[in-house]
Amino acid sequence: MSYVKRVLRMMFAWLEAGLDRIFTPACNPLYHLGALGFLYYWVVAATGIYLFIFFDTGITEAYGSIESITYEQWYIGGVMRSLHRYASDGMIAMMMVHMLREFALDRYRGARWFTWFTGLPILWMVYAAGISGYWMVWDMLAQYIAIATTEWLDWLPIVGGTIARNFLNPERLDDRFFTLMVFMHIFVPLFLLFVLWIHLQRVAKPTINPPRLLAGGTLLMLLVLSVVKPAESQPPANLDLVPSQVGLDWFYLPAYPLMDMLGNGAVWALVAFGTLLFAVLPWLPPLRRARQKTAVVDLANCNGCTRCAADCPYAAIEMGRRTDGRPFDRQAVVSPDLCVACGICVGACPTAMPFRRASELIPGIDLPDMPIRDLRERIHEAAAELTGDARIMVFGCDHGYDAAKLAVPEVAVLRLPCIGMLPPAFVDYVLSRDLAEGIVLAGCSEGECHNRYGVRWTSDRLARARDPMLRQRVPRERIETVWAPPVEGWTLRRRIAAFAGRLRKLAETDTGDRPGKAAE
Amino acid sequence: MAAMLRWLGQAIIYAGMALWLGYFANRPVYTHLPPDQALIKLSVVHGAKRKGECRRRTKEELEAMNPNMRTPLDCPRERLPIRLQILLGGAVLYDASVTAAGLAHGGTTRVYQRFAIDAGRYELVARMVDSARTEGYDFERAGIIELSPGENFVIDFRAEAGGFLFDGRSVTYIP
Repeated sequence: MSYVKRVLRMMFAWLEAGLDRIFTPACNPLYHLGALGFLYYWVVAATGIYLFIFFDTGITEAYGSIESITYEQWYIGGVMRSLHRYASDGMIAMMMVHMLREFALDRYRGARWFTWFTGLPILWMVYAAGISGYWMVWDMLAQYIAIATTEWLDWLPIVGGTIARNFLNPERLDDRFFTLMVFMHIFVPLFLLFVLWIHLQRVAKPTINPPRLLAGGTLLMLLVLSVVKPAESQPPANLDLVPSQVGLDWFYLPAYPLMDMLGNGAVWALVAFGTLLFAVLPWLPPLRRARQKTAVVDLANCNGCTRCAADCPYAAIEMGRRTDGRPFDRQAVVSPDLCVACGICVGACPTAMPFRRASELIPGIDLPDMPIRDLRERIHEAAAELTGDARIMVFGCDHGYDAAKLAVPEVAVLRLPCIGMLPPAFVDYVLSRDLAEGIVLAGCSEGECHNRYGVRWTSDRLARARDPMLRQRVPRERIETVWAPPVEGWTLRRRIAAFAGRLRKLAETDTGDRPGKAAE
Repeated sequence: MAAMLRWLGQAIIYAGMALWLGYFANRPVYTHLPPDQALIKLSVVHGAKRKGECRRRTKEELEAMNPNMRTPLDCPRERLPIRLQILLGGAVLYDASVTAAGLAHGGTTRVYQRFAIDAGRYELVARMVDSARTEGYDFERAGIIELSPGENFVIDFRAEAGGFLFDGRSVTYIP
């Protein structure tokens, strides 16, 4: 399992790196798979409403009405139908890649189990909605699917083994069947929306709309495809004949040939096993190394400022009523079940101030396994080892490129669980105390932080757009940020080398009174 | 130049996505049944005779029962298994003894089978025993059928219509 995951992770890392260059990190489709799934859903819903206006429910009427939509008003109805089909397929494609990627990046365990687990009913419902949609056309494909599905359901002893008899010959089929199908095809997607809402309950600030450029490109692609290759029906259903050859939609219907090849019982076993495996995957080995201890609040230093709660990407921090009698309204309360120990809350805490001398460096919120006090000590140790005229201190994250490989006498590397854990005051501290000439902050790709908002919050803090802000006095030219996928070691190496060159040039003109340094 | 290359790259990616969606939305074609074959479907839903005879309850037994439960006959729930045999062109196509549905086997017996058969002319015989008899059949029907390629031929059973029904394009029952 670990090997498979490693291979998948590398595959995604390379793909992401390539797509970063083509689409830019902000519009990389691999960073917006869930949002693209939503976009496809809305296209399916909107086109479905239009198609339903013209759809007739009935054994003979259904096929005729869809033919009329497709050919008599091809310029809109036909395009709507094609968009409906291709967007449905796109939804499956996005869902599958999204699922595979979350698996590869290990984002389905620990605090993230809930989101993974609630993906399971979504998977089932999307398939149920899609398959019931194919029935409604009542062409040869619909006939094949209807019979195969009912035979498959009949295999279960509890069903009674009589549903497939409805399709023995034309006399047995009545219009009520279409009423049932229409109900299913409308009700399931509506209910799906509710389940999607549940799916996102443990995701703070979820992104459900892709960037406009990506959405526009996707819609244009669907439109061009719909015009170039319109969706069409197969010959009308005829229960006197067997649909010998059918053009299958392989996104929705790959299980059907398996029913012919392996039998209905085997497909039930596969489906049951697959569902069970999906459901229990978050708790299966290989288990994570001893789980990091979750963030803890130190009330003596917490003033209830709410920044940690606002920045937590997992909604693991809530502001509760004050319990220690100090004159603040609220206090941070960490939910250990939701916390992944990324440390972003520590980076947001205004009391994580390395300049503190009067009291011990204990912030309002901290990671017990990597207290911010230790980080200050590590900085001093690393600085003591640095030599040269362009000393650089690199703060890397656990999920980007392993910057430790770049450590040389002029470059010290300190790793954090997430770059968002670094309070901006530490940048100020390193430069003002002359512990290095420059600082590099290296994290995941700009569009895709492993911890969702680590890169974004850090960029905003440095740009003084989000609290806690980097102090004005800190010379910006001595800070370099490198947001790159983990496979792009060369980018980091190149940027550090260029940064060192710039620092040397600065040294030539530097009077020794850097703003921060002077202030200290 | 870099921007141009980026736009070109995006166009290629979108085209690839469109090709992926457009092709696999209905290709490759799947052959469910070889073109020279027909499908015979056997579908039976029938309640066989009860395993034991019904017994008339005595007056004392009825009085001991709740008023709404006083049915005069005490019939065993369990039904006999149905023996079903289908012969096609003199060869056995299906021969099975099937128990009734339900935990007590008190429901109907249900059989649903599919057989892919080469198109052509065949003698078809369908037989059923739904009682305790050991010789002969309770229902039997024979006919000459002409299966055409791709035909959906149904062997249905409706006790109220006299037993087996052959539903196909060309059927000549043998008296």
